Amino acid sequence: MAFIPQRRTIRRRVFIQGLAGLGSAIALAQLTSCTGSEPSAVDSAPESDASAVADATGEPVKLGLVAAITGPSALSGESITRGLEVAIDEINANGGVMGGRPLELVIRDDESTPAKGVAAARELIEQEDVAVVFGGLDSPVSLAMLEVIHELETPYMGVWAAATGITRNDYEPNYAFRVSANDNIVDNFLMRYANQEKNASKVGLVLINNPWGESNQKGFEEWASEYSVEIVGIEKFNDADTDISAQLTRLKDAGAETLLLVANAAPGAQMMKSLTRLDWDVPVVSHWGISGGRFPELAGQEAADKVTFVQTYSFYGDQSPAGQQVLSALDEKYGLAGPEDILAPVGTANSYDAMHLVALALTQAGSTDGPTLREAFYNLPTYEGLIKTYNQPFTPEDQDALGEDDYILVQWEGDKIVPVVP
Amino acid sequence: MGALMWPQILSGVAIGSMYGLIAVGFQITYAVSNTMNFSQGAFVMVGAVLCYSFNITWGLPVWLAVPLTLLICAALGVAVERWVVRPFARNGSNAWLLSTIALGIIAENLAMVTFGKEVRGYPSPLAEAPISVLGFGVFPLELLIPVVGLLVAIALRVLFTQTLMGKKFQAVSENPETAQIVGVSVRRLVALSFGLSTVMAGLAGMLIAPITNVSATMGTLLGLKAFAAAIIGGLGNPWGVMVAGVGYGVVESLAAGLFGGSYREIVGFAVVIGVLALRPNGLFGRAQIEKV
Repeated sequence: MAFIPQRRTIRRRVFIQGLAGLGSAIALAQLTSCTGSEPSAVDSAPESDASAVADATGEPVKLGLVAAITGPSALSGESITRGLEVAIDEINANGGVMGGRPLELVIRDDESTPAKGVAAARELIEQEDVAVVFGGLDSPVSLAMLEVIHELETPYMGVWAAATGITRNDYEPNYAFRVSANDNIVDNFLMRYANQEKNASKVGLVLINNPWGESNQKGFEEWASEYSVEIVGIEKFNDADTDISAQLTRLKDAGAETLLLVANAAPGAQMMKSLTRLDWDVPVVSHWGISGGRFPELAGQEAADKVTFVQTYSFYGDQSPAGQQVLSALDEKYGLAGPEDILAPVGTANSYDAMHLVALALTQAGSTDGPTLREAFYNLPTYEGLIKTYNQPFTPEDQDALGEDDYILVQWEGDKIVPVVP
Repeated sequence: MGALMWPQILSGVAIGSMYGLIAVGFQITYAVSNTMNFSQGAFVMVGAVLCYSFNITWGLPVWLAVPLTLLICAALGVAVERWVVRPFARNGSNAWLLSTIALGIIAENLAMVTFGKEVRGYPSPLAEAPISVLGFGVFPLELLIPVVGLLVAIALRVLFTQTLMGKKFQAVSENPETAQIVGVSVRRLVALSFGLSTVMAGLAGMLIAPITNVSATMGTLLGLKAFAAAIIGGLGNPWGVMVAGVGYGVVESLAAGLFGGSYREIVGFAVVIGVLALRPNGLFGRAQIEKV
């Protein structure tokens, strides 16, 4: 029996079915990849050499992480996980929290998608009973998670996503804390750098077309007048855009002397390629989204070298005792021989300090109850951390532990991130 | 403003040629078998990922990696027809629609597991330093892509009109029962057309990888847009589909250039709806409806 195809009779129907099918395929792909990826990577309480103080042995206190474990910003998730785990090892080896309970990290992948992040946060709090939810790199994800965090009264601890509205939100009481940058403060920092170090009086904004881009647009517009800088153009682009030279040409024609970039690694790299197309040698001062992926690989080394961007910490140069300790722990646990092996370093540094602050809050609260724990964040003892010494890092007025003085400017050197030499 | 649009048109032509290549894949199988492989988009990704793996990860030279990739794509296409399309189409069911879409999702997730979910850059000397065309920077690859698209379209034209194989294709597309009676192996030709279509998709994936970067999800939107191009073109002949693909690429690129990146898909798909409303059979549909 030979296979004899039917006559064609279904032209329009095929089209409509096909379109509907492909549409649902995209939706389905999102869903399947949500459930398709490893649902969790639960770390059991790490074994530790029974030295020093008594090891924590009680019932573990679970802490959740919702971050980009896979996808274009996967490096950020890896880096955050490392910082958290290294801190947890230290804390558990020193007796844990709340009088002997070890910490345990439960990880969920948000794949940089807000809907997945929200579902993961709810699942972590309701099913896994986590005391705190740590957030990842993507501001849209963290912003979307705020609702569930406040509904379920569980503290959120941001370690990367910088949108102003995450900590400065409209919730009362406010459950969002952060040991990371805050866009508004970063925008001030970058604007001043563009003006005073790059001598720009006219800047162009190149922003990713999402809530994080908007968060920074507001910040830049607010701070431009402070330094008498004129914003000559605001151009937005999408994650998948491969050529934005038309937008950049508009900025060039408008006389932009420096570009302020807000985007993650892959789209940020496309923007640098478009600059190469235009042969426009203009300083680029960037927010730190580009450090969450393989920016130098995607943009090309030469282009990557032209970018100056912001970080909260550098493992290069003289390290404090905490810095040395973290470096040796990273080497021991993950085989990272030195700062050049630590990719996406802000994730590690912020997470490390954030985890210690959370542990202090747990012990302070003596409970994993959300409202009690939230109050405890306002009454933390002084903590000598990696990034700085934290003296009352959180107040109800300011739930960001880091401020402008804690930011540093860096650039790429190969795929390493090194401080800018003035 | 007019001058500003040239680079947009050029990069639109480049990406549009890719839509065209993939869309021709839809057209070929539809002409011969009345079925389509809706995992075409996934095969764009398969082409790029395989070539990346051979060439970059395992260090094979390009001249070996490219034909090897195309060969695997062809074999996969034939397998798709045999196992994913034929069992349904034989019974007169339209379930091949869903089964090929499902295959695409499986392929995408398999790539996430094996290749990884990170976006990787495909280093290519053709996409590093731009050359100046009419005073605008264009990557040499963006000039090469339309040329390859044109060559493929010409090759198909020759294949379909000048060879015995082409005559068979034409016969099957006009009337499979009669073709069968005069001794054409319809089954083999249908399998061949699927192989040809995945080769097109794989070729498009390899060509575009240095520009869009390589990732497991790179093909989804490309496949959808190519399908739109195939429908706008009218599924009638490869030339119409190719032209529609290039046209779509230019329209969306101009939209992004004129109104900003947020408007690329809005304008692009609005045009698709507009064209279909005015010409339900596509731009080049009616006249050559029975030809390959």
